[in-house]
Amino acid sequence: MANTAEAHHDDHDHHMPGFFTRWFCSTNHKDIGTLYILVSFIAAIIGGAMSWYIRLELAEPGIQYIDDFQFYNVLVTAHGFLMVFFVVMPAMIGGFGNWFVPLMIGAPDMAFPRMNNISLWLLVAGFILLLLSAVIGDGPGTGWTVYPPLSNQEYQPGPSVDLGILSLHLAGASSILGAINFIVTIFNMRAPGMTIHRMPLFVWAILITAFLLLLALPVLAGALTMLLTDRNFGTAFFVSGQGGDPVLWQHLFWFFGHPEVYIIIIPAFGIVSQIVSTFSNKPVFGYLGMAYAMSAIGVVGFIVWAHHMFTIGFDVSTRAYFTAATMVIAVPTGVKIFSWLATMWGGSIKFEVPMLYALGFIFLFVVGGVTGITLANASADLVFHDTYFVVAHFHYVMAIAAILAMFAGYFYWIGKMSGRKYPRGLAKLQFWVFFIGVNVLFFPQHFSGFAGMPRRIPDYPAPYEGWNYVSSLGALITMIGTILFFIIVWRTFYGEEAEANEWGEGATTLEWAVASPAPWHTHEVLPDMTGKAPAE
Amino acid sequence: MASSESNHPYHLVNPSKWPFVGSLAGFIMATGGIYYMHDGSIFAFLAGTALMLYVMYGWWSDVISEAEGGVDHTSVVKHGLRVGMVLFITSEVMFFFAFFWAFFDATVPLITRTAHEIWPPEGVVPFAAFGIPFLNTLILLTSGATVTVAHHKILHGDRAGCGRWLAYTVILGLIFTGLQAYEYIHATFGFTDGIYSSTFYLATGFHGFHVIVGTLFLLVCYFRTKKGHFTADTHIGFEAAAWYWHFVDVVWLFLFVCIYWWGGSGYVPPS
Ligand code: HEM
Ligand SMILES: [Cu+2]
Repeated sequence: MANTAEAHHDDHDHHMPGFFTRWFCSTNHKDIGTLYILVSFIAAIIGGAMSWYIRLELAEPGIQYIDDFQFYNVLVTAHGFLMVFFVVMPAMIGGFGNWFVPLMIGAPDMAFPRMNNISLWLLVAGFILLLLSAVIGDGPGTGWTVYPPLSNQEYQPGPSVDLGILSLHLAGASSILGAINFIVTIFNMRAPGMTIHRMPLFVWAILITAFLLLLALPVLAGALTMLLTDRNFGTAFFVSGQGGDPVLWQHLFWFFGHPEVYIIIIPAFGIVSQIVSTFSNKPVFGYLGMAYAMSAIGVVGFIVWAHHMFTIGFDVSTRAYFTAATMVIAVPTGVKIFSWLATMWGGSIKFEVPMLYALGFIFLFVVGGVTGITLANASADLVFHDTYFVVAHFHYVMAIAAILAMFAGYFYWIGKMSGRKYPRGLAKLQFWVFFIGVNVLFFPQHFSGFAGMPRRIPDYPAPYEGWNYVSSLGALITMIGTILFFIIVWRTFYGEEAEANEWGEGATTLEWAVASPAPWHTHEVLPDMTGKAPAE
Repeated sequence: MASSESNHPYHLVNPSKWPFVGSLAGFIMATGGIYYMHDGSIFAFLAGTALMLYVMYGWWSDVISEAEGGVDHTSVVKHGLRVGMVLFITSEVMFFFAFFWAFFDATVPLITRTAHEIWPPEGVVPFAAFGIPFLNTLILLTSGATVTVAHHKILHGDRAGCGRWLAYTVILGLIFTGLQAYEYIHATFGFTDGIYSSTFYLATGFHGFHVIVGTLFLLVCYFRTKKGHFTADTHIGFEAAAWYWHFVDVVWLFLFVCIYWWGGSGYVPPS
């Protein structure tokens, strides 16, 4: 193993360490970022496979493949957890955040490189626990929201739910440490002259996301701890028969859960801002407005949580408040959408693959935003709650919009990360297949939901058949798009060499000033940003 | 690497096995804990905990030797460490936020009308707030003062004085923990006696755990003064421990006022 114990005096080597040291004991933000992306890929394959299996079952009414309904619920639960905690978050924050925050602010690495590595490995440990939870015992059939009483020992006996709880504890600890690391890095390690108001918007996005993680995840940790002691040590937090309150769980969960959806989408905002500006060959329109719109979304995101709970029997004024507060978020969100449009306005737009994905993101996010405003109405939500309308809504905003932004970031930065260019034609094809796929997959779910089809259910009456069939076809197209993506990843290893700046004058941020692939150590001489324009 | 040829004030850390081994320890603790909860032996959990303690010892020993080496911890790096500690404490505050929420959910009809009409619930005999809990408040407040004196000592370069006042603080911390334990033993309500017990024991229990951690942190600082660590302008480890201790102190004040005092005030002794 590494010579760490003795090597307290930093003779920080510049030659590459051996395999185990390099990949398991890493203190290098790029290597750690790469490992995060790898984790995300693996989790995406598993989480994706689960969702396609669900769609296969739902393609027609009746029971085809999944006759164990607990197993169906386990698939839904594991899919949700995997996608949220082990696909999107690792790729955007751990992967792109690690790779590009130091590069963009002109820092040689993260503030706490060792802590960076424990964030990664705690995530891996959490990932393994989650997979174990699905295969040991009956699996957790609770949905990703883990509401009691369904999640109590009585209805979910055995260790599965406990494994899920501890999986989230480890993933949460990983994210909290990562958040601290990002905040300190961004506050403390910006290149000379790069003031807060000159940071690229992606860095802003990660900064705000880190604050959300720091404040929201410990609340989830507290709630999970209560659930764990309720299940195993006889406490009564959520047990109504003993004076507890199941609704308390919902409050705590969603106090975390709503910020969580912004944790997923704000990094996407950051990526899309970089890309739209690069390929419009213009600085982002309203840079400060964009930065503070994200901040506003982050702040308001903490006071809207009960819009997920409209059906529990609030009084009218509480419903009115949460409806209104939720709708307020549309204002900063609108600022973002219109600023992206204004950035493109009059720009010389290049429709490279990252730009296609960024545009796809904007489209999906608008659709999901509109259904979000619909659902924000407490009186409408009483009807839509727990229907496929909700499934369609949240997949548009936080699932496929986020995935499109991840693809956008991948194609934007893969040259920088690997030194190779992706196959352009194939990637364009992949974009269209995937984009059409996800829309065919999720748009019809609005209709099923409108017609009253409940979520989390393996069977449904025949009248819902048509749109479900279309939706499953969409899942098939999406699957083809995903396979194409992995073919592209593989082909990239044999691609042409990428220049330092593939994208030309539009790409102004600091990562384009270093060679491709980015050398193992970068910015060892700090770039001087004094007097330079905001680096958006 | 803040060595002579470095162009920047940051600390690039050498590769380290501790993060990986630490995660492994976390994994063993988690699986071992679940095994124990489902009627297995506790051995795996304890083994994981032991490994975790070993990692903490090794990792923080590395940090301390980097600090004492004198080159790595530049003023910029130290600033980063301070901000990091503040952020960590912020996350801890949010953890306690959840338990206070649980308490108020049970006692005050906030936005859901699920609170209890009588609190403490019938049959629960709470502690008299102005008995041992108030004594504990005084002890913690005093310990906050002694740790501040220790800080002033080190600021004036008086390392031995700093160590002495740290020792007083540690002793006060131990007395607090002892009194809490005494109280738990003599409680009239058990751990599994319903929502009052749940909120009481988890909130005060996690606080007690943090007191123990804080005491150990201060104790490490005490031994570091004995080894000649810390100077008037460099004592990040001490500062972090002191901040942590103040945080523990403040949480207690909230616990005392909300759970012991106000939360016990509705008690009507049987006539
Ligand atoms: C590959 C494309 C995807 C497909 C085909 C898909 C499909 C599904 C299906 C069929 C369900 C179950 C609905 C139900 O029975 O109620 C579901 C639920 C869910 N999905 Fe996806 N999904 C995809 C991508 C994603 C992504 C990328 C995310 C996250 C960022 C995500 C997050 C969720 C969540 C949170 C749930 C709710 C789980 C629950 O009800 O507890 N999905 N998805
Ligand atoms: Cu929400």
